[in-house]
Amino acid sequence: MASKTTILTLPEDELVHPGNRACAGCGLSIAYRIGLKALGRDTILVVPPSCLTVLQGLYPIAATQLPCLNVTFASTAAGATGVLGALRALGNTSTTVAAWAGDGGTSDIGIQALSGACERGEDFIFFCYDNEAYMNTGVQRSGTTPQGAITTTTPFSGKRQQKKDVPAIIAAHGIGYVATASASYPLDLFDKIKKAKTISGPRYIHIHIPCPAGWGFDPRYTVKIGRMAVESGLFDLYEIENGKWRLTGASRKLIAGKRRPVKDYLETQSRFKGLSEKRIDKIQKEVDTKWEGYAQAMSVKRDQDGPEPE
Amino acid sequence: MHIIESGNVAAAHGVKLARAQVIAAYPITPQTPLTEKLSEFVEAGEMKAQYIPVESEHSALSVCIAASSTGARAFTATSANGLLYMVEQLHWAAGARLPIVMCVVNRGIGAPWTVWNDHQDAMSQRDAGWIQIYCADHQQIIDTVIQAYYLAETVSIPVMVCYDGYILSHTYMPFELTDPEKIDAFLPPYKPAYALDPAHPANLNTVTLPDIRPDIRGHMAPGYMEIRHDLHVDLRRAIGVTADIDEKFSAAFGRGGNPFLEPYRCDDADVIAVCLGSLSYQLRDVVDALRNEGIAVGVAGVRLYRPFPDQAVVDLLAGRKAVIVFEKALSYGNQGALYGDIKAALYPCTDRPAAHNYILGLGGREIQTSQLLEALRTSCKTPDAIGDDPVWLGLKM
Amino acid sequence: MKEKPFGYRKSHSEPGPGDGGRTGSWRVRRPVIDLEKCIPAKRNKPACFTCWVFCPDNVISRTIPPVIDYQYCKGCEICAEECPAHAITMVDETIFIKE
Repeated sequence: MASKTTILTLPEDELVHPGNRACAGCGLSIAYRIGLKALGRDTILVVPPSCLTVLQGLYPIAATQLPCLNVTFASTAAGATGVLGALRALGNTSTTVAAWAGDGGTSDIGIQALSGACERGEDFIFFCYDNEAYMNTGVQRSGTTPQGAITTTTPFSGKRQQKKDVPAIIAAHGIGYVATASASYPLDLFDKIKKAKTISGPRYIHIHIPCPAGWGFDPRYTVKIGRMAVESGLFDLYEIENGKWRLTGASRKLIAGKRRPVKDYLETQSRFKGLSEKRIDKIQKEVDTKWEGYAQAMSVKRDQDGPEPE
Repeated sequence: MHIIESGNVAAAHGVKLARAQVIAAYPITPQTPLTEKLSEFVEAGEMKAQYIPVESEHSALSVCIAASSTGARAFTATSANGLLYMVEQLHWAAGARLPIVMCVVNRGIGAPWTVWNDHQDAMSQRDAGWIQIYCADHQQIIDTVIQAYYLAETVSIPVMVCYDGYILSHTYMPFELTDPEKIDAFLPPYKPAYALDPAHPANLNTVTLPDIRPDIRGHMAPGYMEIRHDLHVDLRRAIGVTADIDEKFSAAFGRGGNPFLEPYRCDDADVIAVCLGSLSYQLRDVVDALRNEGIAVGVAGVRLYRPFPDQAVVDLLAGRKAVIVFEKALSYGNQGALYGDIKAALYPCTDRPAAHNYILGLGGREIQTSQLLEALRTSCKTPDAIGDDPVWLGLKM
Repeated sequence: MKEKPFGYRKSHSEPGPGDGGRTGSWRVRRPVIDLEKCIPAKRNKPACFTCWVFCPDNVISRTIPPVIDYQYCKGCEICAEECPAHAITMVDETIFIKE
């Protein structure tokens, strides 16, 4: 098994130019910058309308140093399919095709094309960068907005519905690699991309992206708040490789360790200021139940397969 | 060699001879046999292409846009509501200046549901910035698909090849299946000015500002309006290119010669009927009957519809007594779409003809030659009597 | 007049910095590294570089010592928050106005 990347073994090559239009403290900027280091220069990007479109620059200047196809909102996975089709027709089987879509472009408007591409077994890596709302258009609620979050289209009572479990939907397609990651854990993200690059067929990586402007916190705490989401067990780092699920990194440590109360995470962001004590307790219980489920699943696995490798 | 096959199969052969490299398609009546035939060609190894069975028409054109941007010759086909589902991509492909070729097997659009032929689908998208060419028979279908790639790749504008659903797509006619080597000599491989390439990175079609702005070297780069203006200018220039390519094709294969309008008995005609697609051939029977009655009438089928060949229209129609426009579509709330285009082209002429507009065949309503005969005879005999409003032929209730 | 090639102008952007202009002008406070606390500076060898990893805008160099590009630094303060040695402090921009 490949050794874990450290800060000092991260490639030094920078593939994103500074002076771009991303907000100060943008979580996507961190994830994207590290993500491109893992993808490398022999990559073609496919990007729908989203924060990343703006980050990558307005014509005629590109902050991204990779070739990139901007596509319409619903068509990201179809765009990636087309790039791959052309590369095959031209005899190129080495260039990586990587789609980077926001949560809306992945799981709402983009889900049809993504599902089709997964069913067809297209050979791309699809990144969902999940800042939990339509941030680029001004913080409207999306399928992955967490329950209770205030957005511009759930302005007073917060979103009523649950956060859509997109990785589970994609995993149900039976593709070879599904993983979750976080902008606050860039080395975990880096290693997952590196692993994904060794696997063929559709690969899906869902990245949790703290958003200071949209979630309502000082940009200084972007990394800290993303960390708290993982430490509280609300957002879990895992990978499903050929159907085998395992927690990774900081989430893995929570199996034996102690989870941070969800209240700590929720009270850092003004989007959750409408949550009552009762609601927060309910969320805590949901997280507790989820982790009990993990513990059970893992003990069953241990009984069946023996202890997991580190 | 000649074969007898359906219009859809003729189109499939055209795509095969043109050596399309990426085919994305979603089934919709009456296009399906075209894509089925292409999948047979690819699976049998007769055609070296990537056949991608997408999950929607929107994705079909998305795949073509992406494949074309990456340097491959791309093809898709659709009809009616399928075309409408991909409309934002239609406009995208034109603005992105991609030489995609798409067959539209013309069918009426819902609501209510219809599967039968009319021209409302392609007509509703005539402003998208695509080149639109209509075919009147199977030979034109296969020949136009091949020339469409030549045209698209020369002017960097996508081309829509239209032919009537069922009337052409599902009927059988003999047509020439030209030797692939001869087609290869005519149509070279696709060589784009730019294709997505890690060695030469570029960010394609991102947000483009209202105003011009300096690039990384400090030179002024165009704004959105300049880029869209270029599309229009190049569309107008494509009229001449269409004629050049038709001439080249005629010289090589002995077919063609009427890239803009296909006239029949127009030279000494007082009145000329104009329409799109296979209807022009049905109108030839009507013209022959009326000629026997001593009426000097002719018919011209419009082939190149967008860009609109206004000079060819003026050359043919100025000075005539009347032009009678038969169409299977209209601009709702106004008049026939082709009718409006023709009148606009003739507007500056001092000797412009009277103009009549007939709407017919919507949702596949049968067009009887006897109905056409009566309508055209009336229009010929009393060119000034009929007003500007469209007359609907074939309504039953 | 020679006619321009078909489609010679397209919305194709080339890579380069500063699409958003001089984004350093967004700042209210700027990060300043105390080289006596900074780990790679103290050890005079590659070490830590946490600020380099977490800077969203790639304006901190992976050098000994790390150097901040104030032309583009947006002043988000993530480097100051994440530095394990607390070597980075945020200083009011007004102090640097004469620069």
